[in-house]
Amino acid sequence: MFQWFHRLASLKNFYRLAEIITPWLAVLCAILLAVGLYRGLVVAPTDYEQGESYRIIYVHVPSAWMSMFVYMVIAFCSAIYLVWNMKLADIVAQASAPMGAAFTFLALATGSLWGKPMWGTWWEWDARLTSELILLFLYIGYMALRGAFENSAAGAKAAAILALVGVVNIPIIHYSVEWWNTLHQPASITKFDTPSIHISMLIPLLMMALGFKLFYLVNMFSRTRSMILEREASTSWVRNRAQENNL
Amino acid sequence: MLEAFNAVLNRDLRLAMRRRGDWVNPLVFFVIVISLFPLGVGPDTELLRQIAPGIIWVASLLATLLASETLFRADFDDGSLEQLVLSSQPLSVLVLAKVLAHWLITGLPLLFLSPLVAVVLQLQGRSIPALMASLLLGTLTLSLVAAIGAALTVGLRKGGVLLALLVLPLFIPVLIFGSSSVLAVEGGFPVQAHLSMLGALFLLSLALAPLAIAASLRIIYE
Amino acid sequence: MKEFLAMGGYAFYVWTSFGLTFVVMTAIVLSSIYQRRQAINSVKRQAAVARQRADQKNSL
Repeated sequence: MFQWFHRLASLKNFYRLAEIITPWLAVLCAILLAVGLYRGLVVAPTDYEQGESYRIIYVHVPSAWMSMFVYMVIAFCSAIYLVWNMKLADIVAQASAPMGAAFTFLALATGSLWGKPMWGTWWEWDARLTSELILLFLYIGYMALRGAFENSAAGAKAAAILALVGVVNIPIIHYSVEWWNTLHQPASITKFDTPSIHISMLIPLLMMALGFKLFYLVNMFSRTRSMILEREASTSWVRNRAQENNL
Repeated sequence: MLEAFNAVLNRDLRLAMRRRGDWVNPLVFFVIVISLFPLGVGPDTELLRQIAPGIIWVASLLATLLASETLFRADFDDGSLEQLVLSSQPLSVLVLAKVLAHWLITGLPLLFLSPLVAVVLQLQGRSIPALMASLLLGTLTLSLVAAIGAALTVGLRKGGVLLALLVLPLFIPVLIFGSSSVLAVEGGFPVQAHLSMLGALFLLSLALAPLAIAASLRIIYE
Repeated sequence: MKEFLAMGGYAFYVWTSFGLTFVVMTAIVLSSIYQRRQAINSVKRQAAVARQRADQKNSL
């Protein structure tokens, strides 16, 4: 196990591994997104309460899930980086942050677009949207802190500590916002949720969610490979592959 | 260990007495921000009473943030921060002493000013004990959290705005439970639940923040 | 088809959501491709500089 871990941690091996699996993931991702879109937009029946507007969940919910998932990835990688000083973990965290912020933005924007016809307003201080907004602030802070350091190693360490502080705070923020929400709002508001959802609606949702996850993985692998190239530009394996025109 | 803790605490308190601007300015800022709100929303007594807990808490957040910027700055500039990091004593204990000293000179005075601003904002007299209790627990937590941000940004030339960006989202739970404890008393509800949540937040930050602060300071001198 | 595009009167909200998602995801892909191109260029440039240095050393 540990040996396997070590081998993966080598930037050269990871570069090669990502090179092999990325195309397969990309194909699978395209299929899932295409079928999920078709089944979500065309095949799935109309919701009897929300009408056709419920179809927004097919992009909103996967984005919201990814916004959390990517932050967890960043926090996990940050812990590994701080404990074992594993460069790969830092690169993955760095490559993931802008995408996590993009998914958070999408979750907010599509949530607001769903809210206009349902709540009658573009922005409701709903617990889930508010938590998502705070998550966006955390992402922005993470990227800003990393960018502010001229010494990139110090910036990486500082960003990793911030990510861990953030991940301890996320559940606290989430529950305090939820509590605040029930304190200040009448319970009659329709919750932006996927409760008693029919199976014909659920399957496209799961396909879209998996498609989004693969989409993230494909781009994360690609970005991680680019960052590995830049960091390892002077090593012999990169030089050799550059000579063979096979980067 | 306790001796080292006391030594840092005494030194910081004595230095703070000399650098008056560091702790007087955030207090003045607190009072000015609070007096801006009635000018902005109008002098309607009922409205002011409703939003007073929120205003006082937001102003405390901003004052703590402003004050925390100077927490490590002077020590970083004159090199005594490096001495602290290199010392044989556990760094998290030493930074805890620094944060406590900083809270005593910037957070505690907010507590004593709060009855005054509560009266100005038309809060009922019976809310004042709850306001002070929530501020006691809340500003301690805020100082600890803000210190993490201050430690992460102390080596940077333009740390100020970045510090706000990092730390303000982390202040949100304290803001929620702090202002709601005052609102609870205003509405005639029991306040224990809110205060015990603030207490829990304080204990959690007391346990974890010194570790994060120490780790952040070590980065600078690696 | 027309009915499908109308989305039961929610056309604007549904299509804006999906359109926005499409735009953002396309931007992510494009920026991944751009980063890759930048990385390859920088490796090639550094390799060329190294080769030049080696040649100079040999000719001396």
